[in-house]
Amino acid sequence: MKKKKNLNFLTLILVIAAYAVVAFLLYSGGLKRQISNMLIPISVYIVLAVSLNLVVGLLGELSLGHAGFMSVGIFSGCLVSIALEPYLPMVARLPLCMIIGGLVAAFFGFLVGLPALRLKGDYLAIVTLACGEIIKNVITNLKLTGGALGLNTGSIYSAPKQLLPYAIVLVLLTTIVMMNLKNSKQGRAIMAIRDNRIAAESIGLNVTRFKLVVFMIAAFFAGAAGTLYGHFFANVKAASFDYNMSIEILVIVVLGGMGSVPGSIIAAIILVALPEAMRSFADYRMLLYAIVLILVMLARNSAGMKNLLERIKPTKLINRLAKKQVQEKEGA
Amino acid sequence: MAERSKLVEVTRKAYLPERDADKSPVLETVNLGITFGGLKAVDDFNVTIGRTEIAGLIGPNGAGKTTIFNLLTKVYQPTHGTILLEGKDIHGLSTAQINHAGIARTFQNIRLFSNLTVEENITVAMEPRIKYNMFSGIFRLPSYWKGEKIAHERAMELLSIFHMEDFASAKAGSLPYGAQRRLEILRALATNPCLLLLDEPAAGMNPSETAELMENIRAIRDTFQIAVLLIEHDMNLVMNICEGIVVLNFGRVIAKGSPDDIQNNPEVIEAYLGKKKEA
Repeated sequence: MKKKKNLNFLTLILVIAAYAVVAFLLYSGGLKRQISNMLIPISVYIVLAVSLNLVVGLLGELSLGHAGFMSVGIFSGCLVSIALEPYLPMVARLPLCMIIGGLVAAFFGFLVGLPALRLKGDYLAIVTLACGEIIKNVITNLKLTGGALGLNTGSIYSAPKQLLPYAIVLVLLTTIVMMNLKNSKQGRAIMAIRDNRIAAESIGLNVTRFKLVVFMIAAFFAGAAGTLYGHFFANVKAASFDYNMSIEILVIVVLGGMGSVPGSIIAAIILVALPEAMRSFADYRMLLYAIVLILVMLARNSAGMKNLLERIKPTKLINRLAKKQVQEKEGA
Repeated sequence: MAERSKLVEVTRKAYLPERDADKSPVLETVNLGITFGGLKAVDDFNVTIGRTEIAGLIGPNGAGKTTIFNLLTKVYQPTHGTILLEGKDIHGLSTAQINHAGIARTFQNIRLFSNLTVEENITVAMEPRIKYNMFSGIFRLPSYWKGEKIAHERAMELLSIFHMEDFASAKAGSLPYGAQRRLEILRALATNPCLLLLDEPAAGMNPSETAELMENIRAIRDTFQIAVLLIEHDMNLVMNICEGIVVLNFGRVIAKGSPDDIQNNPEVIEAYLGKKKEA
């Protein structure tokens, strides 16, 4: 228990410290544009991954519609933001719109979750995948959201320098919610449902209610992150938030480790920064994801691989080498 | 005018321990049954269990014992009959609501939350009785600390029944088999039941562990003042601690009564050992 708490605390401190360094560099002008432009996407992906981790890691259900909820958040939040732009300064407008975007996304999470959460495993994954695509197509065909041309968000566009404080608050909030939820009675109930649904019902837990709550919290943060993301562009198209993006978020969660918050954060940073670092390989990015994902699955689940990893652990190797030398000496 | 109808005997034979005879029974089933397709898995199951009775449900393999547990906890929906818990019909309640109404159970094939710790396995069962909402849980308000403290103390109290306090922070899945069975009983107790259903609590235990378990079950009954209904193949345990026994064969009750009655009942002997060849 204590170890877990320390780890949580350490994660928070590290996140805050990292942001402090980045913020200092950004505001003193020491960051290249290429890097400062990555700060907001990285923050958004961290929020998306940590919130999806709530569904995948804590609840143990596979959801492939996370980009859909984000999309709902982007368009509802940005539309409100555009409407309010002449009347409210950014300090009040952006947080308000993020909350609105989150709430609308949570409502959609509720609508989708109500029928879908009666399913489990692959079936739920298929239904959430379809729901994400439906949301994308509906938004693409609405006049209100600018149709296929996308929504013009030029009036509310803000530079990374302006957006970073909000991103920091959102990332910290998501991290705290996820970590503290895990160690509360609701979190225990959610993990109990993941471990054994029948036993969870037998001790009086309302399985559907908990699943729905988790789904809605995850959708809320996806929506809030979406609104923030929308302010980072001058134009947003629903078509870019398709199942590819949902899979990308899932890849981050799996790479970081199911249920692990620090893992999700690290994986989000790497997977967002990586395509920038190797732009010339951009075509092979999805291929690389697939290979890495397969390797991680193999390493995590097969006994042979685990054994191999254990054997090539640096500490083990050093120990074995030392032993060998001692033996050789004795032999001589 | 209709013809005068002949009277038939309809009262069911029901037994209660003398201690509980003046109180209303905790559980009563009337003609409870379920059919899977054309198969009558359980048929006309009538049982009455007293407030503080330790009752046994025995029968050969496949007799329908676990099915009855699943009917009582609504894992299966009964196709006919009524279940009265503390005199109230529990028709239409879900498995979770049945637990709130007062029935807690363990499983034949252990179903623990294996990635949670031993303590968490118990505190998760107290979920409805820990008083704080999700908001105070996430933002660690005073009610969170208070609720968690009470839950922790109660969990430790329960663990002390089986002297398992030292394992509190171990993963439930890493416990040895016997300890997992005991933890399941504690988890069920943590829901404050009035009726505890134990599905083969002594399975896989050695004789000394079984003897200890018998004492534990009695102690649990005495301290919590609850009724226990258990399925068990260990006849030593059943005959030792059960006050009333129901014998099931092919989904039907073939005998009811005290351990002595059951041991000498020819039908029971036939169900277990087969018929003597006519000379």
